[in-house]
Amino acid sequence: MSNMLEVKGVSKHFGSLRAVENVSLMVAPGELRAIIGPNGAGKTTFFNLISGFFPPTSGDIVFDGEVITQLPVAARVARGMARTFQITEIFPELTVRENIRIGAESAAGLRLNFWRTRAEAAQVEAAIDEMLTLTGLTAQADRLVGEMSHGDQRAAEIAMALTLKPRLLLLDEPTAGMGEHETYQIAGLIHRLHKNSSYTIVLIEHDMRVVFNLADRITVLDQGKLLADGTPKEIADDPHVQAAYLGSAE
Amino acid sequence: MSGGFDRRWLQLLVIWAVLLAVPFWLPLVGGYTALAGRVLVLGLAAMSFNILLGFTGVMSFGHAAYFGLGAYGAGLTLKFLAASTPLAMLMGVLLGGGLGALFGLLIVRRRGVYFAMVTVAFGQVAFYVAYSWNDFTGGYDGLRGFSRAPLNLGFTMIDITNNSTAFYYFLLVVFAVAVGLQALLLASPFGRTLLAIRENERRARFLGIPIERHIWLSFSISCCFTALAGSLYALLNNFADPMGLHYSLSGEIVIMTVMGGMRAFWGPLLGAAVFVVLQDYISSMTVNWMSFIGLIFVLVVLFFPRGLLGMLQRRNAA
Repeated sequence: MSNMLEVKGVSKHFGSLRAVENVSLMVAPGELRAIIGPNGAGKTTFFNLISGFFPPTSGDIVFDGEVITQLPVAARVARGMARTFQITEIFPELTVRENIRIGAESAAGLRLNFWRTRAEAAQVEAAIDEMLTLTGLTAQADRLVGEMSHGDQRAAEIAMALTLKPRLLLLDEPTAGMGEHETYQIAGLIHRLHKNSSYTIVLIEHDMRVVFNLADRITVLDQGKLLADGTPKEIADDPHVQAAYLGSAE
Repeated sequence: MSGGFDRRWLQLLVIWAVLLAVPFWLPLVGGYTALAGRVLVLGLAAMSFNILLGFTGVMSFGHAAYFGLGAYGAGLTLKFLAASTPLAMLMGVLLGGGLGALFGLLIVRRRGVYFAMVTVAFGQVAFYVAYSWNDFTGGYDGLRGFSRAPLNLGFTMIDITNNSTAFYYFLLVVFAVAVGLQALLLASPFGRTLLAIRENERRARFLGIPIERHIWLSFSISCCFTALAGSLYALLNNFADPMGLHYSLSGEIVIMTVMGGMRAFWGPLLGAAVFVVLQDYISSMTVNWMSFIGLIFVLVVLFFPRGLLGMLQRRNAA
């Protein structure tokens, strides 16, 4: 079976800083992969390379059999890649429904249209309702996103990403800065997306309970380099990982 | 939900009733019809500019360039090509909108203050061309020796040359069509992508919206409507001058828009009305009228950051 995502030895250098150095990664369809590592390990830079925020210094990125290393963001989105950000990126002065509508219309190819047909409108509004239900935001559909709680904003951001019908969903620290209850709420949403809707998901996460409960496989980065890659059990038992997180005993 | 709906219809009803009845009530309060014409023309320019500022979140400090090019396009057409008012307007839009679209291609990758600065630079280039090209544009003295032509509708002629009331209604029809198109544009899926860019460019990009293309389209459309306003300005005054291209007018367009309320569709029209009326009233008393308008602008921005219309709407909503 071919992989959904293959990252082949990518590096990203900012001047003399080697933010990411020769990292490879294979993600199978339907897999939930977590990327962990201490602060400054290059996780977000690695994410930005996959999602096309900037191109790598070297190496290749293959998405569903196609080399996308140099493609711009819009082209990657068109091929089925969607992401969220560590600091929630939403449209604060619009309602939840309006936020999701922009994603749904973009996905429906209506970006340049100066009107919608009745059928297109119905299709878009149905997609919005589906996302509202999936993310549990139906009751808040007409609230301004900027006025909602952090957890609900995150859910709205994920809903927007989902309207793109992504074959690969990239989540950058989905529970960052959240309290106990909100973390639980977002982790539950990710779990449902993975188990019930079979999304392929790659996520960066600091909360180890979330990581070890959700992930099929875990990739550990440290100082820009690949430190370990395996099942949660393998990672938990890996002495290199323990050293990176707890400090070496040597 | 339905309350907001009713308020919108009420607002539209009030605006159009006031505009339609101008020739009846304006003389009673000491105004004259040409003043209302100025409000419509500058209001259209400010609303067109606001497609870019208020609804795309991109700042231009050089919109007078497209306004002035529209005016010269119309004036030169009437003077050298044909005595046709519609053709003059079309040529004004083609000149201002076309050059705006070309220039836009060069600058859509710039953001924020850099974008604003290059728009100023282009505006000044246009200003100095009109200022220096004496033989063609009339130079500093402006372009004279043309006048708007009567409208030939096929079955009847409308005299907009001498009848100021007829000309006001002509302006109002053009204004209505233009802002109607703008309203449709902003309510469309394309219009929503512009809002998305204003609200959060990064999010919009990662929803698959090609940001540069959409900013370019917004800029070009804004330039076309601004040039239309400029061509109407030439028809209103039977005159086009380099000050219509100058960055001080660009600044005035920004002031009208922000003072009226850039998040409200009709805000710039209200801003233009306040600006034009104050200018007319205060400049009859002192040559330093701009300092008074400046003071009022500062007060509005300090106390009503959403502009006059934004403030009124908020009060109604509360």
